[in-house]
Amino acid sequence: MKEEMINIQDPILQLKDVSISYSPGKNAVKNIYADIAKNKITAIMGPSGCGKSTLLRAINRMHELYPDIKIMGEILLDGKNILKMNPMEVRRMAGMVFQRPNPFPTMSIFDNVIAGYKLNGISLSKSEKEEIVERCLTNVGLWNEVKDSLYKKGTFLSGGQQQRLCIARALALKPDVLLMDEPTSALDPIATNRIEELLLDLKQEFTIVIVTHNMSQAARISDYSMFMYLGELVEYDTTQTMFTNPKDKRTNEYLSGQFG
Amino acid sequence: MNNLTYRTFKDKLFFYLICTLASLTVVPLFAIIWELIQKGYKQINWSFFTETAPSTLDAMLARSTGDIIPGGIANGILGTLLMVIIAAIIAIPTGILVGIHLSEHPKTKFSNITRFITDLIQGSPSIVIGIIAYTWVVKPLGSYSAFAGSVSLAIMMLPLIVRSTEETLKMLPGSLKEAGLALGASYTSVVLKILLPSAFGGLFTGILLAISRVMGETAPLMLTALGSTAINWDVLEPSSAVPLLIWEFYNDPNLIDMIWSSSLFLLLLVLTLNLIAKRIARKWKIQ
Amino acid sequence: MRDKIFKRILVGCCILILLVCAGMVYSLISGSLSAFQHYGFFNFICSSEWDPHPDREVYGALSFIVGTLLTSFLALLFCIPFSLPVALFTGAYFRGKKIATFISSIIDLLAGIPSIVYGLWGFYTFRPLIIELGLNSQGFGILTSSIILAIMIIPYASSLSGEFISMVPNELKEAAYSLGGTRLDVIRTVTLPNAGSGIFASYILALGRALGETMAVTMLIGNTNNLPTSLSDTGNTMASIIANQFGEADGLKLSSLIAIGLLLFGITAIINLIAKFIIKKFNG
Repeated sequence: MKEEMINIQDPILQLKDVSISYSPGKNAVKNIYADIAKNKITAIMGPSGCGKSTLLRAINRMHELYPDIKIMGEILLDGKNILKMNPMEVRRMAGMVFQRPNPFPTMSIFDNVIAGYKLNGISLSKSEKEEIVERCLTNVGLWNEVKDSLYKKGTFLSGGQQQRLCIARALALKPDVLLMDEPTSALDPIATNRIEELLLDLKQEFTIVIVTHNMSQAARISDYSMFMYLGELVEYDTTQTMFTNPKDKRTNEYLSGQFG
Repeated sequence: MNNLTYRTFKDKLFFYLICTLASLTVVPLFAIIWELIQKGYKQINWSFFTETAPSTLDAMLARSTGDIIPGGIANGILGTLLMVIIAAIIAIPTGILVGIHLSEHPKTKFSNITRFITDLIQGSPSIVIGIIAYTWVVKPLGSYSAFAGSVSLAIMMLPLIVRSTEETLKMLPGSLKEAGLALGASYTSVVLKILLPSAFGGLFTGILLAISRVMGETAPLMLTALGSTAINWDVLEPSSAVPLLIWEFYNDPNLIDMIWSSSLFLLLLVLTLNLIAKRIARKWKIQ
Repeated sequence: MRDKIFKRILVGCCILILLVCAGMVYSLISGSLSAFQHYGFFNFICSSEWDPHPDREVYGALSFIVGTLLTSFLALLFCIPFSLPVALFTGAYFRGKKIATFISSIIDLLAGIPSIVYGLWGFYTFRPLIIELGLNSQGFGILTSSIILAIMIIPYASSLSGEFISMVPNELKEAAYSLGGTRLDVIRTVTLPNAGSGIFASYILALGRALGETMAVTMLIGNTNNLPTSLSDTGNTMASIIANQFGEADGLKLSSLIAIGLLLFGITAIINLIAKFIIKKFNG
């Protein structure tokens, strides 16, 4: 039995011996054990193809959309094994933000924010809707920019604004954990900066797991960092320790830019 | 939670509904084929292909004694072949050349207009094209003829071949043309000796599909080829065709048995061409 | 030198196509001129009388225009509950799977069946069913022809709309799933709205097909020259009246039939153009 690399008090999310395979016998993610701290930002780093996005997508069971992918092990969210739950319920508890901003092009900004409720067949009163939209857009710092154009299509916004809209959309359902898959990789530095500041604000209320290929981003915003390589979790520690004093040779090589 | 169970149930229900309706849609094809085979197979024998359509009297006599109706659809088969071949001779070269122009100059105004007009012709109802061929050929020549039928079929084939040629040529890598030109070959020989042969599979598919499409056409032929009871080699005389014969048999209660066999024959011919065309298309795409 | 000639031939063939189309329009117009002059354009369109009696000779297109529109729109309506499931089956639920290719190639074969064979099947198999169900004592009429037309246009409606459905970007669908939607929720709120205008265009194209269908309708609609007022009425469509009466027509009657052909050509052209325009906007 493998031990966790770092002891996290009162974790919200626990990965226990998680392996993921795209085709039988070939694991893209191998035997991962990790606990993730509540109201913190945890970054997952690693060279492309290391399995970091695959692992993240397992947490809200995105893989079920593709029948060939198999997940083994246990993923506990609030102590419940999500792999045994109804995927729809899991996905509501774990919000997801994707690499490229993907607001729904047929919906207005307003409708995009409450799209989760619409998709879940929950009917809200007009005032409830307005309250949610205002709160979530304020949360992501978009309210002042779009409050006069709430009924315009979300696709008219700039890339950074679109991504913040997508974050608002995920927040609207009050998820226990917010999963972000390289959320700034398609954005310019200024928009990236705004999102990073936003994440630091959001961790008061939410737990964030962010996959990034950008080491300095992980260093700037995360409290804990994981380093994955070839499907294995090589190192998991507080971000400070990992960047100043990495224990594994491979982590050191990656952080010093020798591969990636 | 209750909400979730309900939604999952609704989702499943909808999925099975979709599957059921989608598979129901397949039923008419098999129902039609099955019915034609069941009712038509016994008429199909050697004389079905070699003899001309029976007269009402012969058919009536045969029916009264319970025999199968004598005679066949040789005049129809020959007429169909003749008209389709002439239509193909007119439409294929023209269509391919237009397709080449469209793929070589995809964005000019002239090409856009040509493409637009091609679409317009492709969308025209076949009966309207029958009227056109009637006005252009039957009226000036003073007689219904196989040639008039060919003209109507050619007008219908033309846009199909233009579009399939253009689509096929567009899929070829641009490097192919450049490689040819770099070797010093003239533009004409690059197009005729490199592009067209490489696109052969796609062009052939398009041609087969176009032929299978017009082969079953009845309406324009009623206005142009009219029909004929005898085998006729003269393209300026009225001619029969398999679909025209089916129409005649349909209108004559004594010949009802012949409807099924000739429809079966026509359907198998058209569907076989269709399937062959699609098989070639798939093979060609894989390469 | 050779290249120049070759290029001229290419352009020449294109011009030939343009001439064919121009010739078609010209022939239709000049053929229908005497009918329009005799009755007046609007009178011709708005009159439902069709009396070939040599002393009177009154021809109007209204019954057939109504017959055409009625059968075609009904066919469109009847085909939706089947073509939409097929499109969702091939474009959403089983996108890229073997079973989807199998189903769509079988449905495509439906488009390959000649119109006259549909007519026969409708006449000998389907019509008795209509009579047995008591929908219509003769089995002929608007309803019967619309149902057969619906089967005929299913492949046109489903294959194109299935393609548009499968083109909805994966990232949008993933976003919708990540918010907790079931497949049905995602189809309803994301897939269908995003493929919406493409699906709409596919149905317009299918409508264009239905408008021009001749043989099957001719065999099933009952061929009476009256204005249809109910589903069980018999009637004629623009295509079927031409098919039925063109052979023995001359003079004013011939001109009137050609005029109906011109109207049919115009209607289908407009319908097709609308569909192409929507598709162009959708793709661009």
